[in-house]
Amino acid sequence: MMLTPPCFTQRGRSAAVAIAALVIAAGIPLWWKTTETYRAWLPAARISELEALQLELRVEVEVVFARGTLSPEQQKKVPASRMHKTGLKFTYETRFRTATVMEEDALNQPTAAEADHALHTLTETSCGSVVIYIIPEASALLPQDMRVYVGRSRTALLRSQVASVVGAGLPEVLAALDPQMEQVLQTMSFNHQDVTAALTDRLRPGLSTRDSLADSMRAFKSSPGYEITFSLLNPDPKHHQLHWDVEAALDAYIYPLLHKMAPVANFSVDSQILYYAVLGVNPRYDASASAYTLSADSLAHVINPVEARLGSNAASSNPVLNFLLYVPDSLHSPLIIRNDQKQEVASNAFHSPRWGGIMVYNVDGAYGNDTQFPVDIAIDMSRVMGVFLSQLRLMLGFQQTGAPPGFVLEAAGREGVAEWELDRLLWSRSVENVATASASITSLAQLLDQIANIVINDNIAQQVASAVTALQAAVAELEAGNLALALEHSREAISASERAFFDPSLLHLLYFPDDQKFAIYIPLFLPMCVPILLSLLKIFREVQQHRFDKLE
Amino acid sequence: MPNIIAVVCASYGLAQSVCDGEDLPARAERFFRSDHTNNWAVLVCTSRFWFNYRHVANTLSVYRSVKRLGIPDSHIVLMLADDMACNHRNPKPATVFSHKNMELNVYGDDVEVDYRGYEVTVENFLRVLTGRLPPSTPRSKRLLSDDHSNILIYLTGHGGNGFLKFQDSEEISNVELADAFEQMWQKRRYNELLFIIDTCQGASMYERFYSPNLMALASSQVGEDSLSHQPDLAIGVHLMDRYTFYLLEFLEDIHPASQANMNDLFKVCPKSQCVSTPGHRTDLFQRDPGSVLITDFFGSVRKVEITMETINLTVPGIPLERFGGEPHTETALAYVDQLPVAQIIHQKPKQKDWHPPDGFILGLWTLILLVFFRTYGIKHLKHIF
Repeated sequence: MMLTPPCFTQRGRSAAVAIAALVIAAGIPLWWKTTETYRAWLPAARISELEALQLELRVEVEVVFARGTLSPEQQKKVPASRMHKTGLKFTYETRFRTATVMEEDALNQPTAAEADHALHTLTETSCGSVVIYIIPEASALLPQDMRVYVGRSRTALLRSQVASVVGAGLPEVLAALDPQMEQVLQTMSFNHQDVTAALTDRLRPGLSTRDSLADSMRAFKSSPGYEITFSLLNPDPKHHQLHWDVEAALDAYIYPLLHKMAPVANFSVDSQILYYAVLGVNPRYDASASAYTLSADSLAHVINPVEARLGSNAASSNPVLNFLLYVPDSLHSPLIIRNDQKQEVASNAFHSPRWGGIMVYNVDGAYGNDTQFPVDIAIDMSRVMGVFLSQLRLMLGFQQTGAPPGFVLEAAGREGVAEWELDRLLWSRSVENVATASASITSLAQLLDQIANIVINDNIAQQVASAVTALQAAVAELEAGNLALALEHSREAISASERAFFDPSLLHLLYFPDDQKFAIYIPLFLPMCVPILLSLLKIFREVQQHRFDKLE
Repeated sequence: MPNIIAVVCASYGLAQSVCDGEDLPARAERFFRSDHTNNWAVLVCTSRFWFNYRHVANTLSVYRSVKRLGIPDSHIVLMLADDMACNHRNPKPATVFSHKNMELNVYGDDVEVDYRGYEVTVENFLRVLTGRLPPSTPRSKRLLSDDHSNILIYLTGHGGNGFLKFQDSEEISNVELADAFEQMWQKRRYNELLFIIDTCQGASMYERFYSPNLMALASSQVGEDSLSHQPDLAIGVHLMDRYTFYLLEFLEDIHPASQANMNDLFKVCPKSQCVSTPGHRTDLFQRDPGSVLITDFFGSVRKVEITMETINLTVPGIPLERFGGEPHTETALAYVDQLPVAQIIHQKPKQKDWHPPDGFILGLWTLILLVFFRTYGIKHLKHIF
């Protein structure tokens, strides 16, 4: 051991202690601070609350008794309102009243459609509510075997069936009405299956019915915007000079529907004409029908060759719906589509889930054999738009109307969609948006927890906070029964959550396995720490020795 | 005689109706056999430099098969790390061959490469998969899949145990890849995903997957190398890797209506042909591989429904119109004079403006003068000026 003078030893000792103190007091915090990633605060408590979210939906139902359905004593005892909770957290808040004089006048119209129209002008129904008018059994508004008439707005006419029971009290009347009203509400308002399908879209197909699976596959998922493209395919410009007034047709038939759907999403519509575009399938000539036929099997292969030529807007990432109108060339006219049972299809059109529809329009009837080519042909846009409108409804999520027995459902007609159908869509969209947004937020929070070196910027934290707030507001509005506000909040929630989840800055840094981390830090810190530790150990041992000596 | 004909016709009719009756439930079954409505493909080649020609040829041959079976360019994200077709060392420019003797040009006429050259990085690949792209990214560079999309992901390049090399400068590890797939599953960005990798020790890349509905194929097990197929003496490099060569051969026999299933795909390139042992992983996949069609991932067979309902918008009584015979009088259009030839031919030569000598000339002459006066003395200066 080298003999050092005591002052040097003392200086050495104090130097070692000072360096160690500096490293520990200043170095370690500095290293920690400079290598930590900036993570803004996220409302973790509220996010974990979202996981246990229970949705409760409330529908406001108004039941109006027309004259002749209740006896005068029963009329006096009509309760003001009643709540009826069903199994899956739905609440039907029902209010009962008798009809006013003006409503009685409206109900005296000759047909149900006119009565419905007159009633519609009388009252303003709020989004999501349902009004049921109970009409006497002997009423002539409905045909004999029909019990319910569902109109174009949110009203339904229900034929009462308890007048025949003599001496029935009010509770029996209401009890007898309940199952029928339940059925009406299931048709007009949301279905239990729709809502469960929207909430639990992650289940395997075996758990939902075939019909709901087909519906969920066909309709587009909720998205902030959609692009709709109408294309006219003319494979034979030498013979057919086609004119289609698509702008006027869109104004007349499609824009009303899209305008009604404005609370749901933004739509952008465009149209194009493609020349020399052929279907990828050769149609077969059928002598019995003296026409060319496309069988249902070959339809699946028609779309792909055409799709390569359809453009789409490069700037937006919204889903695209394509509606194609194909006019067969003169050599292959007329062209008809046959279904599985080899029967002709009336609409001569088919659609593909989540893609769009194709209609074949035959023009061979417009000219004879000896006309001078090219022939000018104007396309009957109302027929075409009728088909496209029904396909558009399917793609947007309006289910195919399957009327329960005894129901008469008024067709939507020129407006495109009935109010109660729109309400059904809004219910399922709100629920779907709430479910998707909460799933996004919870999985984002989980991801950020798991990967410790992702940087969380302030704007992400802000988006998450606003998404959580909007979600809670949407749930509250659904509980209160305000469908329009609930949809707005749910749209806000889903757009904020998507923006937060898909923020480009959230790409986690390259994964650092532990052995790589050690490999980087050891050459830096080991040469520095070893002398410090050894000198501290030496000092400690000397102090021990000194104390031991002192004790002796 | 007529009786026999009648009996024959009746029996034929009966048989026909029986066949049609069986068709309906079978067709309904086919609609629901797989619940995807669209197909996407992400094809990535990760190597650069001319001697990695075979990786670009691998990717392009899968691209070609996938396009042939129906997936449109808008649904394919093709990432090629280097340009072999226009490489200076390519003796046949604008071609990339996959068979020796230049039998099959997989580059073709309508290749659409979405990420090219130095854009193919681990970051961009993960961004495409997870969807976290900057808002300015065009549609063709995005993977816009939804919860009913089947996605095919094909990776090729140089790899090792647990990693794949990108561009000779960075790596993607199997853990990152598994995490990226999990994030895709969280957002339901795929219905089912088929992952094919053709690199050395490729099976290590799918070891860490943990998300549902993933099926994976690799060209070699951990510890084995994937070998290349044949060199072409005119081009001077190996043209394809063995696994993808036999995969291409298998896919050339598939057409859009084919019923070949995944079990056939697992048998592609046995050890006798490939020298390495191809592997596959199906435990995360929910359906039985025998019921999964090749075209569920490599092709794009659309589900189609007949439109039964239409909305009646027509006002009855208006027949199909036909325009009268009046011709359209269109104003004759003419092009603006693109090239003012008259101006060019009769142009006078432009006078060149005088410019003072620039720095270089000045410096040069200063140097010459200095050297002269140093050598011969300053006294000569008065003879100059």
